[in-house]
Parts: sequence; C-alpha cells; structure tokens
Amino acid sequence: MKIAVLTKAIPSYESLIRIDTSSKWIDDSIVNYVINESDAYALEEALKIRESLADNSEVVVVSMGSEDKCSKIIKDGLAKGADRAILIDSQEKISDPLSIATLISDCIKDEQFDLVFSGLQSDDLGSGQVGVLLGEKLKMSTATLAIETQIQPSAIRVKRELESGWFQWLTLPLPASISIQSGINNPRYPSLKGIMGARNKEVAKLNSNQFSNNKLQSMVELYIPSNEKQTKKIEGDSKSVVSRILEVLKNDLRIIQ
Amino acid sequence: MILVVLENQRGKIHPFSVESVVAGQKIAKSLNQPLSILCVGDNIDPIHESAKQFDCSELILASHPLLKTYSADGFSKIIVDLIKSYSPKYCIFGHSYMVRDYVPRVSANLSIPFISDITSINLSSQNIQFSKQVFNAKLSSRIENESTNGCLLSFQSAAFSADELIKGAPEKVTNFEVQLSDSDIRSTTEEEFQESSSGVDLSTAELIVSVGRGIDNQDNIPIAEELAKVLGAELASSRPVVDMGWLPPFRQIGSSGQTVSPKLYFALGISGAIQHVVGMKGSKNIIAINKDEEAPIFEIADYAVIGDLLEIAPLLTEELRKR
Repeated sequence: MKIAVLTKAIPSYESLIRIDTSSKWIDDSIVNYVINESDAYALEEALKIRESLADNSEVVVVSMGSEDKCSKIIKDGLAKGADRAILIDSQEKISDPLSIATLISDCIKDEQFDLVFSGLQSDDLGSGQVGVLLGEKLKMSTATLAIETQIQPSAIRVKRELESGWFQWLTLPLPASISIQSGINNPRYPSLKGIMGARNKEVAKLNSNQFSNNKLQSMVELYIPSNEKQTKKIEGDSKSVVSRILEVLKNDLRIIQ
Repeated sequence: MILVVLENQRGKIHPFSVESVVAGQKIAKSLNQPLSILCVGDNIDPIHESAKQFDCSELILASHPLLKTYSADGFSKIIVDLIKSYSPKYCIFGHSYMVRDYVPRVSANLSIPFISDITSINLSSQNIQFSKQVFNAKLSSRIENESTNGCLLSFQSAAFSADELIKGAPEKVTNFEVQLSDSDIRSTTEEEFQESSSGVDLSTAELIVSVGRGIDNQDNIPIAEELAKVLGAELASSRPVVDMGWLPPFRQIGSSGQTVSPKLYFALGISGAIQHVVGMKGSKNIIAINKDEEAPIFEIADYAVIGDLLEIAPLLTEELRKR
C-alpha cells in the first residue's frame, strides 16, 4: 500500500503574527514554522497502518511551500518513520485551495497512491478543503474528520465525526483521500535511530513553476479583527489581578458574596 | 440567480442553513438576482414544509431514495448537476461538517472556487468581499471571487442572524429530476450514533470553568478543577486538552463538542479558535485569562485578564476558599 501524507508548515502557536507591508501575508522573518497539528496526527495514522500491514507498504510525506519552511517538517517526518518525501517547492504564497490541490495533483498523480491522508484543516489559512479537492482531482473516494480507521484488503473503514457528539462509520473503496481529525492517536517522537536514518532517505524536489496555476479566489488583504465587545482589561501583578477578579465576581456578576 | 442549499439535519433544517438563507436573501437583493432555495435528500417533506415560509423566487425540490443516507459521492453529484443546469452566480451553504465533507468535491469537479468558513461579507465594495478568520483567529482575511463561472460560499455560524430572515412564500416550487444510480456511490455508510457520555450536560450549567492548551500539562489540570469546585462551576475544556487526553471528550465545548451559554464562562488558557468560540459565544459573561495579549479570546471576553493562569488561578482559588 502506498500512502501519501500531506503535511504543511505553519506558524507555531507561540509565534508573533504581524501583517507584512504587502498586507497580504505575515512577516515570515519573526515566525517559527512547525508541522500543522492535525497533519501530525495524519502522519501517525499512516505510520500505524504501515506497521500493522508489515508488508512493503510505503509512507510518503508531501509538503508544498518554500524549502526553508518545509525542510524541517520533512526531516521530522522522515525521522518519525516516513519512507521518503516529496517537496513541491513554491516561493509564491498561494492561498487559493483549488490552485494548491491542482498543483499537488499534477505533482503526485503518477505515483498512484492508494491512500492520501491530510489533517482536517491547516491552522494558518484553514480552508479545510485541500484533502477533499485532491481526492476529487485524483478520482478517489473521500471522507473527512476521521477519528478512527480500519484498513481492509481494498478498502478503508473510517469512523467519521459528525456534529455535537454524533459519529458514523463508513467504508470507502481504495484509492481514497481522508482528512484526519486531531486526537485520533498519539503522535510519536522521532527516535535517535530515526533521526540518523532520515539523512539517507529520498526527498524529491519538484518546482511548482512548471505547472499552471489558475487562481479562482484571491486574498486581497489581511487585517486585525476589531473587538466586538467593550472588553475590560485586567493586568498587573498576580495579587492585584486576583483582587480585581474577586471584585468582578462579587460586584459585577454577583456570583459570590 | 443565487442558490441556497438547505441541509436536512435529522428531519429539521440545520440552523446554519437558516442563517445561510439570510445571507442568500441579502446577496440576492444587493445583486438584484432571483433567489432559489434547494431542499435535497430522501424524505424532504419536513424541511420543505419549513422552507415554504422563506421569502424567495423559487423552491427547488431534489429528492431520491439513494440520498437517504448522506454520501459525499451522492450529494456532490446532485449539486454539480444542479449548478450545471441552473448556473447560479453564488451557491450558498452553512459551514457544517457535512458541507466541509462534500462541497470541495463540487469545487474541484466544476473548477469553481469554494470560499469557506465566511464570518462576514462586504456588499458595498465593487467586488463582494468575504471575510474569514485566519492564523488561529489572530487575523482575518478579505477574499474575492475571481471566477465568472459561479462560486461556492459557506457561512460560519452567526455570520448572519436568523432573526433577520425575511419570511414570505416562494413564487414557485420546482422539482429537479435527480439522476443517481447505485454505481455513483462508492462508499457504504452505517447508522449514525452518539457516543455514551457520562451524563454531564454542560448546556444547563450556570457557571463554567473551561481549560485550554495554556494549562500547559496534565499535572496542572487540578488547578482548574479546584477553581471550578470552589465556584460551584462545571469543568469544561477546548479541543486540544481532550486530544491530549487530559480531560474526557464529554467536557469539550465547541463545534465538535457541546454548546453552552452559562452566566459565567471562565476561560483559562484558551486561545479562542473559532471552533471553540462557536460553542460558548452565547455566554452571558466571559472572563478569560491568557498570557498572550493578542489571544483572540480577548475579542469576545468581557474581562481580559492578561497574565499567567498557573499563578493567578491557584491564588484566586485560595482567596475564594477564605470566604
């Protein structure tokens, strides 16, 4: 079985997010790029399936973006146990999900993957579409928000999360593209052996410029959302903050005496 | 024309769909376009009945036995066929889990854009601009449609208020002939089910202490538990805390968990991603503690406590115990 895992480099939670002078992107120079959280779960799920099959199955990490942002998460994926990686090198910041999916489709269609796993949503632009778009492009069956998977000879049974605590099992024939909900498993850390081994693994670099990119939606600007409420700020040393909260609980909200 | 697709949620119109009808009515009016509303599924009579009260030009009914259970293959094919025969300028959905599952398929099939998870629109600019949250809700982005062949839109909960719905009656009701066969649907679907919860109904709680990623590690969970206990509050959490196994799933608030509207929502170390906010924005009062001054939770909080919850919460618990 050949499994592709789409992994995206996104700004870490702790990173300062500042709009750059173009107003169309953030200031990358102060940002630490890490793997998108739900993609890490997708990778773990793929590695677990390969281990359960114990045959010559293969897990391939696929990342798109500039090499300096992606190389760390690719190395990390290989160190965790992915067999090889495909880097779709793109200097341009493409925000249109269909353009992204079309590019990835053009780059990987000859690989004939049986499964494509992706995180349910990226924590930067968050369209939550690329896994499904790619599935349609590659004529695969698709499912989203998988919270459990069971691999079968030529199918995959998936437990899908619905809204408000509802779930549903469905079985998809392969090939299939499935987006993975966070929390599905416990992503592993790379072992020392894995880190050493990663150096010898193949990273195929593809240049996105050789593919057409027909943009259908464009991000015209980023902006700081305005505050909807009259928020009262409470700050200072912990002791004074606590006495202020006590006042609020007592006088404003009348929750305590 | 403008087309709004209603989602049938166990016999009722999905609340996000009602809000998307409001979006459709506003967009149709602004562009001087007729508005059509689609009821799609197997047994659509109940939602058809409710949809008859919506002011629109046309109610389209698309019913087929193979749509009895949801499938991405079946639903995306119907919408593709409908768009091909009606060519709507905008095709509008509520941003539900089902829409996230199949509407991208429509987008890729027809090569038309899907602008998803929209929180507001600007109808007065030359091209309509759609806003959505990006970078974990720290920023918003304005997006424009570049396609002349139609565009798919999905609106996040509360982008429009159902109170603004214009009631009336459709000028006509049309049946759309659904072309669907067994071979179109590749997946087999089992019954929907609810996971047994331990009986904690957070939706009726008056006071909630909710804990997020900022609690840092599992050993700190008692800090939140103790504060909840002394306040007589229920303990809740955001998704990452459940994902990491620090609290059980039935404590989770948000789009994949419970929706609450307590008198006080005390958010400890919760950043305020939209998936969480949709589950708690109805709270009467929100106090949020976060050391990141730019955390988006502060945009909806009544009281923004900027500081270290690991210091503040235990001290607060101690003071409350003295009373």
